[in-house]
Amino acid sequence: MSDADDEARWADAALAAALIAINPTGLRGACIRAPHGHARDRWLGLLRDYLPPVEPLRRVPVNVGDERLLGGLDLAATLGAGRAIAQRGILADADGGFLVLPMAERFNASTLAHIAAVLDTDTVVLERNGLASRTPARIGVIALDEAGDDEEPVRASLLDRLPFLIDLSGLRAKHVDATVFDADAIALARTRLARIRGDDLCEAVCSVAMKLGVASVRASIMAIRAACALAALHGRAQPTDQDAACAVRLVLAPRAAVLPEQAAPSETRSDPPPAPDESGRNEPPPSTAGESDPHDDGDESDRPDMPLDELLLAATVAAIPRGLLQRLRVQDSGASRARTDGRAGALRQSMRRGRPAGTRPGDPSAGIRLNLVETLRAAAPWQPLRRAARAPSLARRVEIRRQDFHVTRYRQRTQTTTIFVVDASGSSAINRLAEAKGAVELLLADCYVRRDQVAVIGFRGTDAELLLPPTRSLIRAKRSLAGLPGGGGTPLAAAIDAGIALAEQVKRAGHSATLVLLTDGRANIARDGSGNRERAESDARAAASRLRAASITTLFLDTSPRPQVAAALLAAAMDATYLPLPYADAASLSSVVKGARAPARR
Amino acid sequence: MGQPFPFSAIVGQEEMKQALLIAAVDASIGGVMVFGDRGTGKSTAVRALAALLPPMSANVGCVYACDPATEQQWCADCRARSEHTALKAHRIPVPVVDLPLGATEDRVVGALDIERALADGVKAFEPGLLARANRGFLYVDEVNLLEDHLVDLLIDVAASGENLVEREGLSVRHPARFVLIGSGNPEEGELRPQLLDRFGLSVEVRTPTDLGARVAVVRRRDDFERDRTVFIEHWKKDDDRVRRHIVKARARLPAIGVPDSALERAAQLCMSLGTDGLRGELTLVRASRALAALAGDAVVGDDHLRRSASMSLRHRLRRDPLDDTGSTARVERAVAQLFGPGTAA
Repeated sequence: MSDADDEARWADAALAAALIAINPTGLRGACIRAPHGHARDRWLGLLRDYLPPVEPLRRVPVNVGDERLLGGLDLAATLGAGRAIAQRGILADADGGFLVLPMAERFNASTLAHIAAVLDTDTVVLERNGLASRTPARIGVIALDEAGDDEEPVRASLLDRLPFLIDLSGLRAKHVDATVFDADAIALARTRLARIRGDDLCEAVCSVAMKLGVASVRASIMAIRAACALAALHGRAQPTDQDAACAVRLVLAPRAAVLPEQAAPSETRSDPPPAPDESGRNEPPPSTAGESDPHDDGDESDRPDMPLDELLLAATVAAIPRGLLQRLRVQDSGASRARTDGRAGALRQSMRRGRPAGTRPGDPSAGIRLNLVETLRAAAPWQPLRRAARAPSLARRVEIRRQDFHVTRYRQRTQTTTIFVVDASGSSAINRLAEAKGAVELLLADCYVRRDQVAVIGFRGTDAELLLPPTRSLIRAKRSLAGLPGGGGTPLAAAIDAGIALAEQVKRAGHSATLVLLTDGRANIARDGSGNRERAESDARAAASRLRAASITTLFLDTSPRPQVAAALLAAAMDATYLPLPYADAASLSSVVKGARAPARR
Repeated sequence: MGQPFPFSAIVGQEEMKQALLIAAVDASIGGVMVFGDRGTGKSTAVRALAALLPPMSANVGCVYACDPATEQQWCADCRARSEHTALKAHRIPVPVVDLPLGATEDRVVGALDIERALADGVKAFEPGLLARANRGFLYVDEVNLLEDHLVDLLIDVAASGENLVEREGLSVRHPARFVLIGSGNPEEGELRPQLLDRFGLSVEVRTPTDLGARVAVVRRRDDFERDRTVFIEHWKKDDDRVRRHIVKARARLPAIGVPDSALERAAQLCMSLGTDGLRGELTLVRASRALAALAGDAVVGDDHLRRSASMSLRHRLRRDPLDDTGSTARVERAVAQLFGPGTAA
């Protein structure tokens, strides 16, 4: 990226921080996409400088429990006082400030839902441990998105409520030195804000949002607020067209889901839309982003005769980074993934994963958690007796004996992701690709019954491709299979590698993975993409032993017309259940598969 | 909690509003599930409905707000007390209870009162959310993210109308008749089919695709945030009108006739769609009756059936996992076949 672009990106980010500081109640934070590092720290530093000193930034760890987030029974105090004493949670404590969520992409759904509810209602509703309360809490959220390219992004339910989505990745130290604004100017702007109304922008902003395919109405509301804050910053009585253009660029452009059909004619439009094979995210944004520096109001006013919404649209389109749409499509394909809770911090939480299956009396030990509330309940009825047996000086203390101990039991979630690795190479296509597809479809119906997730990897030519990330949407699985063309070489090693990678990813999310490999086992493309059969076969064997080492339950379906010894050996190398397909229709194939899967899945 | 956004100020989303009004008129409809995009005012509408409902009569001092008129449904406590003294009644607002995602089981069903147990060593029952929701609404935002064991529990209680607590040596049963209102975004996780089926009505909300409507949404929201008191005052008249509408429809409801022809039509529609069980048919007829009551009509006609078909049936179709035709489209097609082409609501 060029320095000018990076400087412009930083200027926009700093401007966003200033706008949040000007209207912290209306612009409730931002999502910062950046790896851990200087740029992000600088941005948080800026925000802290701009905000009034009373507005705290409070970090929330990714594995925060509901009892700390929402509050609950303060056990120490409860035991000391002999009556239930409530403890405030982080959300209530953060009233008037901002929560900072590091690794926001790894927060679980339920935690984010609590935070979103507080963003919506300004109230923490506590209903747990026999306590019920409502505490006012007006918070903002700074989500720090550290997801890699191949990881799931921050949950859309949170992003929808945050006005600014900022990408700071790749910024260098020299770009982020500029302080840009001074805190006094922002404090002054804050006092002006109340008098500024953005009603006139409403139509234009909504129109731009629709043309960009931004579905949520929240985004439009936030864009108008940002325009008002900009007007306040520049000491204007009303937001001007430039303010609106800038606000739309900051708030709506990163959410764009479609490229508008007819955008205003300007030199920026000559940029072709990203080619599908472009890597995208490292591409520089179109050059006008550099001209729309916050202090430079001259840019858009060069075109005064345009209607406002056209003008806004032009500004926004110019700010849509190249490759964003490409990325969006990828995100979108993952959006309907049924992401239930339990995916965050997977390994760390494994001791308590699963659905709570009640409590039982017993001692806590490694991995078994004491359920304090149940323990307390068990102890409660005995208190008068125990108290009477004790010296009066200790009478107010609650006495807990070992027999009161209760521990929580969890039932392991049985969520399974079945990964289909489908050979679509020439040799398989000739043989039985169509039949294999049919069998997979029947298996899908089976998965639906068990509410498994499914994923599809196809391989042909020189590479394996993830056709469908794990999803519960079987329709999409079916579609991705139906659209799978046949022909080309058999890059078996690459396919097995891709299967392992996905299975590992699924395991990290706390699910179990089953691999179903449909191939004739005739590897003829090596890992490096060359057509050397010998090397291809040795690569495939190496990949197979990696698969074995990863101990992933695997089913090997030999789709060749006659069972192949080589395929059976390969299956043995990967410790898979080997199933040569008899000549059969799809239904009997499926029954063979089902029968083989049951023991394989334990 | 701040005052809710007025119900009548919600722009568009007619199907959702209609379904909520039906549930308000006929509580036995079995709840409403609202599925939809983010930022479409799902929770706004439900919270707004709460503020609308006319107050109800209840026994003084009863935690379950037992209805003085229906003695056979009283809780044990009311029955015991009524043997000694005549119970007084008072008017209270219809409870709308939020079930937050992190709620623990004991808070939902009720549990041993820790404070009294610790202080006095008394085994007392502390009623939970289900008790508070009796005769009112239980609202579960993001119901699809609710933990499974709580979902199981809700299903049981919603079906039986009674909450049974057997824990910590307590054995309590109390009435828990409530209208379950769930909202959720299907993209964030599917709802288990068993729970989905419990909901009488299911509506889908979408972001308005028309510029005028979107501008209106943004304007009204902005006005509301700017000065809630003025905004609510401005819409008070319209809200009052909706409330009177509900009260009238409730009074009319028992007298609404359901002719055999309408029952037959409903059965035909359900058969052509292949819905499981009778629940769909029952709900369809009930919803149509409530619609007739709201519209001021004396008998249920084709028009009412047509308008309530989608919301009553779309979530009960047996799902073919490999068929990607939307449920709504299937219902609409069947309706058009049966009633002839027309404006399906």
